[in-house]
Amino acid sequence: MQNLTDAFVELIRRAATQLPGDMERALQQARTREEPRSAAEGALDTILKNVEMARTNSTPICQDTGTPIFEIYYPVGVSTRQLGEQICQACAIATERAYLRPNAVDSLTGKNSGDNTGIDFPTMHFHEWDQPDIKVDLLLKGGGCENVSTQYKLPNTELGAGRDLEGVRRVVLDAVNHAQGLGCAPGVLGIAIGGDRGSSYIKSKQQLLRPLDDTNPESQLAELEDLLCEEGNELGIGPMGFGGKTTLLGVKVGALHRLPASYFVSVAYMCWANRRASMRVSGEEVTFA
Amino acid sequence: MRKLTTPISEEAVRELTVGEPVSLSGIIATGRDAAHKYIIENFVSTAGNPPQTEQDTYAELKKVLTNGVIYHCGPVVQKTNGTWSFVAAGPTTSIREEPYQADVIKHFQLRAVIGKGGMGAKTLQGCQDVGAVYLHAIGGAASLIAQSVKEVLAVHKMDFGVPEAFWIIRVEDFPTVVTMDSQGNSLHKQVLERSSSKLAELLR
Repeated sequence: MQNLTDAFVELIRRAATQLPGDMERALQQARTREEPRSAAEGALDTILKNVEMARTNSTPICQDTGTPIFEIYYPVGVSTRQLGEQICQACAIATERAYLRPNAVDSLTGKNSGDNTGIDFPTMHFHEWDQPDIKVDLLLKGGGCENVSTQYKLPNTELGAGRDLEGVRRVVLDAVNHAQGLGCAPGVLGIAIGGDRGSSYIKSKQQLLRPLDDTNPESQLAELEDLLCEEGNELGIGPMGFGGKTTLLGVKVGALHRLPASYFVSVAYMCWANRRASMRVSGEEVTFA
Repeated sequence: MRKLTTPISEEAVRELTVGEPVSLSGIIATGRDAAHKYIIENFVSTAGNPPQTEQDTYAELKKVLTNGVIYHCGPVVQKTNGTWSFVAAGPTTSIREEPYQADVIKHFQLRAVIGKGGMGAKTLQGCQDVGAVYLHAIGGAASLIAQSVKEVLAVHKMDFGVPEAFWIIRVEDFPTVVTMDSQGNSLHKQVLERSSSKLAELLR
């Protein structure tokens, strides 16, 4: 098997320094909606200038380069152990080159490993598929927005939320109000309905890899996504929580089978710096998107 | 836009009101979770008589923080030919320092705290009592803010790790907005009240 370490370093560099085009366009549109000379408009101006500067200088968009989450799709016969080792090596090299901040802290000693590797760090999910290529999606998930991500167990009496999509709507809007500007609004919500607590959280984060302008194939969920984005923005929290018209840039919802006893709703809040990048290995050729 | 340079006088800070953009220059210190816990345990709870091993750090920090500014930030840094520079340096979420901040403001007579997301009632009271403000930087604007960091003068407590150490830096025209002033006003409180009543309407 070929050594993909250099390609992984490039994948990390792209994710950390280049905001995806759909995110940048959404921020530009949001800017036109805010009141002229408002704090909200000023915040979006600064954000857009920063996005351009990071791309030009190849420096991190945000100093919190987050938890690197790798979703790896591989054909039968590929060694996931080797891929995992190469990804860890790439994380260390990317840290040395200041594409990543040293972000892995030992929970018992408080010591920073210094190279973004550690126990279950970075996060890697391996999926065998029936295609001959290897495909790797990377999400850099910041800590500030991770801290306002949350999970609800339905029914929820306080919010009048039952075990249906109306219940999901109610708890998600509550989550947005709780987050205020703390997750670096305007954000993107990845939502998972169902699963157990663990699978639900994983699914909610995977939603963040979807392009903003895609359409959910499940029509009920597509409708819910649009409604939640619209109502979330009605809350008026605005960029950075300064007050304003854009609180959310997108909402993406996925569903999982659940136990009869459980109905979880997981809300993964992602900051405006929704840093995702993708690479594909076809034979000897590596392409990035 | 209002321009402020450290050290800052109490009068200058008391004139600032919520919503006002402020461009900050001068020498400031970064400090986040480990730094605030350390300040409380070694300086505040000993009433300014830190253990022998921490006295040098205390003297250095005091020089910068008296009438000064603390910045909630864990930067990406680079060392080239023995000199540190900031590569990415946006604000981190401030509310985690809520248990400590008011005491730190009081202890050093801090004039401003820079961060993101705003802080709570205890810090707001501390700002009123001492004469200090909360300056909101733009979360995630790390490459841009790093451009206003002109020089890294020193680093203390590197054993906390790069993000958590105290970095003493000289900044020029650091862009911020006042979101908590020294008259007891908080933009964060206002926005929360408005959004909560809208939420109640949507969930009716």
